[in-house]
Amino acid sequence: MAGARVIPIHGGAEQARQRRATRPQVEVVPPPEPAETAVPDWERRLADVLAFARRRIAGEYQVDEFGFDQDLTDNVLMPPLKPLYEKWFRVETIGIHNIPSSGGALIVANHSGTLPLDALMTSYGIHSEHPNERHMRMLGADLVFRTPMLGALARKSGQTLACSPDAERLLSSGELVGVWPEGFKGIGKPFKDRYKLQRFGRGGFVSAALKTGVPIIPCSIVGAEEIYPMLGDIKALARLFGFPYFPVTPFFPLLGPLGAIPLPSKWYIEFGEPIRTDAFGDNAADDPMLVFNLTDQVRETIQQTLYRLLTQRRNVFLG
Amino acid sequence: MTPKVVLVTGVSRFLGGHLAARFAANPEIERVLGVDTEPPPRDLLRRMGRAEFVRADIRNPLIAKVISTAGVDTVVHASVTANPAGPTGRTAMKEMNVIGTMQLLAACQKSPKVQKLVVKSTSAVYGTSSRDPAVFTEGMGPKDLPSSGYAKDAVEVEGYVRGFGRRRPDVNVTTLRFTNFIGPRIDTVLTRYFALPVVPTVLGYDARVQLLHSEDALAVLERATLHDLPGVFNVGGDGVLLLSQAIRRAGRVNLPVPSFAVPTVGGFFRSARLVDFSPDQMRFLNWGRVVDTSRLKSEFGFTPRWTTQQAFDDYVSGRGLRPLIDPETVAAAERTLLDTAAKLR
Repeated sequence: MAGARVIPIHGGAEQARQRRATRPQVEVVPPPEPAETAVPDWERRLADVLAFARRRIAGEYQVDEFGFDQDLTDNVLMPPLKPLYEKWFRVETIGIHNIPSSGGALIVANHSGTLPLDALMTSYGIHSEHPNERHMRMLGADLVFRTPMLGALARKSGQTLACSPDAERLLSSGELVGVWPEGFKGIGKPFKDRYKLQRFGRGGFVSAALKTGVPIIPCSIVGAEEIYPMLGDIKALARLFGFPYFPVTPFFPLLGPLGAIPLPSKWYIEFGEPIRTDAFGDNAADDPMLVFNLTDQVRETIQQTLYRLLTQRRNVFLG
Repeated sequence: MTPKVVLVTGVSRFLGGHLAARFAANPEIERVLGVDTEPPPRDLLRRMGRAEFVRADIRNPLIAKVISTAGVDTVVHASVTANPAGPTGRTAMKEMNVIGTMQLLAACQKSPKVQKLVVKSTSAVYGTSSRDPAVFTEGMGPKDLPSSGYAKDAVEVEGYVRGFGRRRPDVNVTTLRFTNFIGPRIDTVLTRYFALPVVPTVLGYDARVQLLHSEDALAVLERATLHDLPGVFNVGGDGVLLLSQAIRRAGRVNLPVPSFAVPTVGGFFRSARLVDFSPDQMRFLNWGRVVDTSRLKSEFGFTPRWTTQQAFDDYVSGRGLRPLIDPETVAAAERTLLDTAAKLR
């Protein structure tokens, strides 16, 4: 079933590219005979921008209890990701139908790439490709929320601290939650260990899903490992700045800010079949063996999908 | 059980005074005693009607005599406050909060007639930091115990209240953890803060603020006094405002101050007698705090009438805060631009 839905990567890549190229045109196709009363597109966009500016000046928008500002996210934070997603990484999202159209679900993904661009791309991918334009609420490390600017921005874009009370609250209120259980071990691993999943935390995400009875959706991301190949880690500098690691890539810190431009690898994001957690009965979250087994199952699924996607990939940059 | 004789502390302040006035208007309550160190302002005193004002210091053992001779059966401890009386009032405030509570509880413990204790506490007991969960429930504690200021006072006060509850298990103890109050009539650090024409904030941070309308606060305190609802409850309005959003809704301009300059700026506002923020309240401006009020709604049986946003808007309109940038001007500018665009078409 899962295999049948997979888009064949080599054969289908060209079609997929064409599909991607043609789709925006379908959306903005002008009416065949522009009537005199028709409002031009730029004017409508100007009206949107002005309305947005007025709302921001007056404070007329809603923020949820986690600090998620949907108005800002949709209008300011998401649009800049579009060129990165479509043109730079040419992300192909597979299995978007595995994400439920409503209700809580927990997306568990592999983490890589020195900077968490994989999280941003997954979040943009779900928002742009899912029929209901769902927002993924990510669980982030406390380092993110401690950092000025970044912490406030993270909250406004819908992220919250990775802790079980927050995860359960989001899941039980029917939100789509994204979690990267490898954490800094995954994102900051050396290039030679690429696509090798690290330890999946302590399985806290499985407990949260079990307690709230939401499905776990394994998500495998290919391509993010190559954007900043991490060759070394300067521990002393990391300690100095309070970072978990200080990466050395072929271009960073050698070329300075230029080295911060990610390599344009070709990405695939595959959402696997949901793993149900509501059939284990009450107090399932208190059964450590079950939690370990489910954690392993999710981890194995992601690892196997990664291997499969990698064998189908012919070139890092062309896909 | 409707109480017969109610003693309210802190009646010279907004909450205590108006609460005493509500009890005085309730014919089922035989006697209302209001205690404070200074007499209430005249208009508040007039509102309080038949309530008797007792000028006493709850830090003094004399309070025990008041409680026992009047036969008080319900004590509403509403004097724990975050608003110091003046630039040097912080030490006095701490004494009043902590030592005052100790004396009051000691007096309650000695008097066998006391059946109920209602304590106005604060959600500041949860602390505020980047490592906290987004929403606090009653079972959670602070990640770092507040090391000073009002939050520490409140944690200590609650500790003594718990101790009292253990020693007098026959007394119904209700602890209410309020979020920040707002409203057209109440005067707090926060209402003064938002009334500043240029509102200083901490650069790079945007706190989530949950507010409670002062009328809702009074209603909750009244309900806790008139009914037997023991336990600890979070009390706050629904919904959240971001600090930046609140400042915009008030029509103010925010002035982001880098973290290192915050103590200096805070000191300036304190000495200018504009706003007196304690260090823990400054930290509140970084991260803010949101509490879960489902227990208030289900067990306590109260749903605040004002949401955070409505309460704030009521404060803005009630205070007559003139926005620096008029929303009408903004809307007019938007229309002009769109009309110009239409002409260009």
